[in-house]
Amino acid sequence: MTENTAKKLVGPQNMRITESKRTKDMTAIELRRRVIESIYHAKSGHPGGSLSICDILAVLYFDEMNIDPTNPHDPDRDRLVLSKGHAAPALYAALALKGFFPIENLNTLRKVDSDMQGHPCMNKIAGVDMSTGSLGQGLSIANGMALAAKYDKKDYRVYVICGDGEIQEGQIWEAAMSCAHYKLDNLTLFIDLNGLQIDGTTNEVMSIGPIDKKFEAFGFNVLSIDGHNEHEIKSAIASAKKCKGKPTAVICKTVKGKGVSFMEDEVGFHGSAPNEEQYKLAMKELEQ
Amino acid sequence: MSVSTREAYGRALVTLAPDNEFLVLDADLAEATQTRYFKKEYPQRFFDMGISEADMMSTAAGMATCGKKVFASTFAMFAAGRAYEQIRNSIAYPNLPVVVAATHGGVMIGEDGASHQTVEDISLMRSMPNMTVVVPSDGYSTTQLVKQAINFDKPLYLRMGRGATADVYNNNEEITIGKGNVLKDGKDLTIIAVGELVTEALKASEQLEAQGISAAVIDMHTVKPIDRELVTQYAKKTKNIITAEDHNIIGGLGSAVAEILAETNDAKLKRLGVNDQYGRSGTRAQLQQHFNLTAQGIIDLYRK
Repeated sequence: MTENTAKKLVGPQNMRITESKRTKDMTAIELRRRVIESIYHAKSGHPGGSLSICDILAVLYFDEMNIDPTNPHDPDRDRLVLSKGHAAPALYAALALKGFFPIENLNTLRKVDSDMQGHPCMNKIAGVDMSTGSLGQGLSIANGMALAAKYDKKDYRVYVICGDGEIQEGQIWEAAMSCAHYKLDNLTLFIDLNGLQIDGTTNEVMSIGPIDKKFEAFGFNVLSIDGHNEHEIKSAIASAKKCKGKPTAVICKTVKGKGVSFMEDEVGFHGSAPNEEQYKLAMKELEQ
Repeated sequence: MSVSTREAYGRALVTLAPDNEFLVLDADLAEATQTRYFKKEYPQRFFDMGISEADMMSTAAGMATCGKKVFASTFAMFAAGRAYEQIRNSIAYPNLPVVVAATHGGVMIGEDGASHQTVEDISLMRSMPNMTVVVPSDGYSTTQLVKQAINFDKPLYLRMGRGATADVYNNNEEITIGKGNVLKDGKDLTIIAVGELVTEALKASEQLEAQGISAAVIDMHTVKPIDRELVTQYAKKTKNIITAEDHNIIGGLGSAVAEILAETNDAKLKRLGVNDQYGRSGTRAQLQQHFNLTAQGIIDLYRK
């Protein structure tokens, strides 16, 4: 893919990577298990795009982000905008494992008497920094957070995760322009390059490449990594922190449905829940 | 002194800036929305987002999540129209206290024509849960309402006009979001108006008085939540109501009043506004005549 011909990430060895404060269940694979379980109980949801960002979320929530579950509205905390809000099950799992709310809540996903909305709602769930779901708005929102940080002279960082299909939304490019114009080097954009969207592959539906060159042309520091390699994710974050005067876009090559063999690269699992048999099989695969 | 509501808005931002913490965003229209005064005096608190209204609204939302009070300004057409969904999903649904401060609402903006003359914005914003809709009628009321907007803890749509309007208030009345102001009492008819039609309503009331008809005038600057108590009180008292607005008669002030009267059946209602059509080029005075948005239009409707 052309997107992967971008510059290789350089010099991870000499970058300070934040030390992990993880407990033993704070892993990407545990996130994946929770994603499958909650969507199975909900009987609807988006497993494919949730599974593809679990490694990114694990690094952000369990290693990187300065957040405190006992003080979710801390004005100095780091922020994350899940612009691809349909990956809510993965975000909820990360927040629950981090301790923002009881893990049992995860299996009330999408139920009428639950706060676990199909797409994240900041007023219902502690730890959700912004309500999302309608694609294309997250980078602008994150820009607003990053501008507020600059204005207030605070040093918190803002992370935003977009889908690859999502960048077909024009607002992303309005926001990309603003982000570089205001030199938002406290913002890091992750693009979940899993290559699939509802109607097919991104190449079939609406070509998005070359993503790296596009973001470079818009004024970003662009890094291309394996979005399932935690070391590369950590190095990218460290590199973004060092980059001054421009925002960083991390293009993460991922596999939609990652970790569950029959969901991997399957467009059909963008927005459908596993049945009982598939659920059991998936959970078994995720034990390893 | 006659002043446009947009001019009063721009001046108010500067006047209120020293004692109030807020930021202002604009989408390359500071020269027209009049945020230019604020931009000049407080450049560090002003962010031009370029010609990208959608981006601006979501950016304002992001700032609001960080505790910033933001006025996001552009023309009403591009705020309520172009950025409708950003206002809906990034501002109103999360209930963030952004002030969408929109100027150039209605057909009376003049020569720019239909592409710039929104007659749907009040309707769009009114039907959005969590949103409050405010339409000031003169310079004084604009200043008072902008002042309240700063401490308002919910999303707010502030709709202003382009042209200068005569003073409606004596600069000492209390104006409160959610409370209509009775400008003149009456017993035969109540004219409920917003924005630039308030002065027309006052003129119509004067002319009707000369003809022996006593018409009350209410400035219903807050279209949502509408002052139901006041509408009901005057519906019972005068039995006849005319609404007047520079907006489509569908979905705006006329509809808001109709919704109350349909339930209470306390008065007969007639609505003056743009009759479900697009605007056109012309001077403000010509357009007022063309669309009947005048004191005479109100009187003719009453006589009909």
